[in-house]
Amino acid sequence: MDAVPRPAPGAAIRTGVWLGIAAIAMSFAAYTSALLVRQGGAPDWRHLRLPPLLFGNTVVLLASSATLELGRRGFGRRAPAEGRRWLRITLGLGLLFVAGQVAAWRELAAQGVYLATNPASSFFYVLTGLHALHLLGGITALGYALSRVRGPVLLPPPALDGAALYWHFMDALWLYLLGLLVLRL
Amino acid sequence: MSDTAPPPVVRRHALQGRVRPPHPAAPPGFLRRHVFSLDHKVIGRQYLDLALVAVLTGMVLSWLMRFHLAYPEAALPGLGALAPNRAPNGVMTPELYLSLMTMHGTIMVFFVLTTAPFAGFGNFVLPLQVGAEDMAFPRFNMMSFWVTLAAFLVLVAAFFVPEGPPLSGWTAYAPLSAIGKDAGPGQGLGQTLWVCSIALFCVAQLLGSLNFIATTLDCRTRGMSLMRLPQSTWAWFITSVIALIAFSVLLPACILLLLDRVAGTSFFVPGGLVVSDRLQPHTGGSPLLWQHLFWFFGHPEVYIAILPGFGIVSHILPAFARKPLLGPRVVIGCMVAIGFLSYTVWGHHMFLSGMNPVSATLFSVPTLIITIPATIVTLLWIGTLYGSRLRLTTAALFCLGFVSVFVTGGMSGFFLAQPSIDTYLHGTYFVVGHFHFVMGVAAMFGIFAGVYFWFPKMYGRMLDERLGKLHFVLTLVGVYCIFMPMHYLGLAGNVRRYSAFTDDYMKGSLPLHRFITIAALFTGAVQLVFLANLIRSRLRGAKAPDNPWEATTLEWATSSPPPADNFGGHPPVVARGPNEYGVPGPTGDFVMQAAPELGEV
Amino acid sequence: MGKLFAVLVALITLVSTGIFVARIWWPPPDISTLGIGIDRQLTETMVAAGVLFVAAQLTLAVFAWRYGGRSAAHPIRVFPGGAAPMVGFAVVLVGLEIAVLTLIGTRVWSRIFLTPPAPNALAIDVQAEQFAYCFRYPGPDGKLGAVHPELMDEGSGNFFGLDPANDTAARDDIISATLEVPVGRPILLTLHAKDVGHSFYVPDLRLQQDFVPGLTIPLHFTATRATKREIVCTQLCGLGHYNMRAYLEVLPPDRFAQWLKEQSPE
Repeated sequence: MDAVPRPAPGAAIRTGVWLGIAAIAMSFAAYTSALLVRQGGAPDWRHLRLPPLLFGNTVVLLASSATLELGRRGFGRRAPAEGRRWLRITLGLGLLFVAGQVAAWRELAAQGVYLATNPASSFFYVLTGLHALHLLGGITALGYALSRVRGPVLLPPPALDGAALYWHFMDALWLYLLGLLVLRL
Repeated sequence: MSDTAPPPVVRRHALQGRVRPPHPAAPPGFLRRHVFSLDHKVIGRQYLDLALVAVLTGMVLSWLMRFHLAYPEAALPGLGALAPNRAPNGVMTPELYLSLMTMHGTIMVFFVLTTAPFAGFGNFVLPLQVGAEDMAFPRFNMMSFWVTLAAFLVLVAAFFVPEGPPLSGWTAYAPLSAIGKDAGPGQGLGQTLWVCSIALFCVAQLLGSLNFIATTLDCRTRGMSLMRLPQSTWAWFITSVIALIAFSVLLPACILLLLDRVAGTSFFVPGGLVVSDRLQPHTGGSPLLWQHLFWFFGHPEVYIAILPGFGIVSHILPAFARKPLLGPRVVIGCMVAIGFLSYTVWGHHMFLSGMNPVSATLFSVPTLIITIPATIVTLLWIGTLYGSRLRLTTAALFCLGFVSVFVTGGMSGFFLAQPSIDTYLHGTYFVVGHFHFVMGVAAMFGIFAGVYFWFPKMYGRMLDERLGKLHFVLTLVGVYCIFMPMHYLGLAGNVRRYSAFTDDYMKGSLPLHRFITIAALFTGAVQLVFLANLIRSRLRGAKAPDNPWEATTLEWATSSPPPADNFGGHPPVVARGPNEYGVPGPTGDFVMQAAPELGEV
Repeated sequence: MGKLFAVLVALITLVSTGIFVARIWWPPPDISTLGIGIDRQLTETMVAAGVLFVAAQLTLAVFAWRYGGRSAAHPIRVFPGGAAPMVGFAVVLVGLEIAVLTLIGTRVWSRIFLTPPAPNALAIDVQAEQFAYCFRYPGPDGKLGAVHPELMDEGSGNFFGLDPANDTAARDDIISATLEVPVGRPILLTLHAKDVGHSFYVPDLRLQQDFVPGLTIPLHFTATRATKREIVCTQLCGLGHYNMRAYLEVLPPDRFAQWLKEQSPE
């Protein structure tokens, strides 16, 4: 009755990632409410024509989540070489997504739409920029996890689980932001 | 559990999850051990040292302000040399007064009332109390402190830029804070530094609170169920949850404000503003949006400052009353309720801000409802004293003082929570008196109680009790002399944030302002007794035993100060709650949480 | 030490409460029709909070006196009934007090901020800027001219950015540095800010309202007595904040009409 078992190794990492997700979700909720207030309160809002490239980037990011799962399954099936290969592909797709976002910003800038052009563009750059920044954090974490699975690995380390959880959250966050930008609430 | 060999220590490391052998020795090298240390005990002391520097800075600023308010035309020797263009001939200009006020508020709220009771004590004590070797993520923990220090340095740097620190107050209302130097001296680079500092601070506290939550949930030792956690750990845990949400909202607000300032966006600045005869190049922003985002953080921040005090008092009081805390679960429930409600009341700072007046009544109700859990906890503290054998150590006295000033501050809150009364009292010294009692003085008393209580564990030496009691008595009288009269000023309609009272009806308040100033100088000087005690005891204090207060919790089940891994490789096994006072035990009228036959070292 | 603490707390409590009761520092006499509700609410809260304050502090003092430094010879006793009476007391008594105060207070609040002004109210436009107030009366045509921020110019006295050349409504607007109002007539102020946030506070009217840049905020009141009082700023607005004020002059109706006539630009 008094023996509360100590949690399994990695529990703290999972908890930590979930808390990080909660904090990031809360901050984007704050941006969202700022967007709704700002859009509702003023006549100077001009909706943006989103660069079509964003949809291509979305496909890349979704694919990266799939390859990440393939990689984790590789470790589960005791095929670490395969797992590492898929993780590297995932990292590549993540970087490709960020590069694609940069290209989308440049496309908008070429049309004369900058951060301060109007409130819609301000929010566009802030939301996409911060998402990319958070994804770079995910790329770092995944890179770190990849470095921890060198050599023969029996079980994927908790760091990989944590990084994967964060990565999928970045996907979900991107879909949410894209929805917010497309739906023009 | 078996009574054979103690269980092996499992050390979980940030992002790593490997099982590691225990490391009883501290890492080699002065830098790794004392400066860039991963040890939560070192980091906790670093936070407290930072808070000490910050509180002394903030106090000196308040002295300067108080002196100017009481003697607006008098020159302060030396001030003219320090800030020649902002204090010609040593007489403070209005803009210098507002800069000092802004910096006083910011330093006190963020770098004292958040860092000391929450980050400082939480870091030192929480892992010990849950029986962990360290925080869940020691690297994040270290990063959290260094980012906090960087935030402090960025803020203080505002003193040294040409136009000085910002003058828009710790709430930095837009558009005053958003339109740059047209709005006044200090609103240029000084205000930008302020925003950057607060954004950094948010990042640091997010890392810190994430760590606290994960440590409480996942690093508890065997037998330490949630209901056996000491009250103080519960308070830090709840505070962390509040902080995680609050700073997640302040950070975006700061980023948007920074963009308005440096990138020409218009989140908070509407169009058509003419400042210093210049039409501002913004359109359509919402000043109220800043206020909503700020107070959505700002009100919970009050509880980030005060809830650790709740925990500290609930933890310390039973140890000196020599009897269990009355209704320990009720206290936890009330703290959870306060944490929850703290997110529903931010609008009571904005009754008269121009938001929809209907929402004022909606924000007023939860604000008043918060007084119910707060009243319950206060009554439970007082009820704990009933029938006790109260040992009046300095720590116990500061707990009693905490109850007294918290009651006082709570009562004035009752006025301000009602929109109809706030219509008269808003923006007056009544508000200043209120929040200084409930957030400033009460939280400070919690910090003092914590220092007198845990100092032996931190440094292995006892603080001088005679100096401590002198410090307590003079401080108690002093704070009442400073902050009680502010309520009278507010009732008479005396407006806050004024550098001088030139208005006819406010001139009559000058004698009372002089009284407050003298009390403030006196109370500040009394803190030198505390400072002397800290320094003297750290060097030459009596050696502290492991458990000087005959307390029950795990931090007292290890040496003073604890070894690098807290329990010397033998994590305690917990058999009971923290409330076993006034019962026959093996070494006195208490039984420690770690049963001696299982937790022996 | 327990006895010293008890004496100090009791003294502090009694002296502080005594000063409240003696009303040495108290709101100035009310000169508005709606202030009485606020004053009553303030007094009721003062009594309720005062009783709780004195009771809590004195109980704390008595317990510190009685139980401070007790030896092991005294048995430990639990508060009769444990935590339950505390919870019950707080929920029932404080809850009741909250309910009553909210009920009365909401009526007071809504009479000021949620009730539309009387239809015959005199409309006065108020602009706040660093660090002054400007008041504008519509003039004989009963209409205010439009505000053009780009035309605002302190030097030529065009504080509101009016365009009398193209805007007929603006031609007869009366600009004043003091707020002149007649006794007994409802006044409707429209508050707007030129630069940053400000506030309109007249303690004697028990009235306070922020100016928010970008918004126009209505505020109404009726003064009951001919007098001259100060309007002060309570929202931090910059270095001259402490010096931002104007006068409210309440005039008998005939003197007000005369003043208005004198001000007309014709």
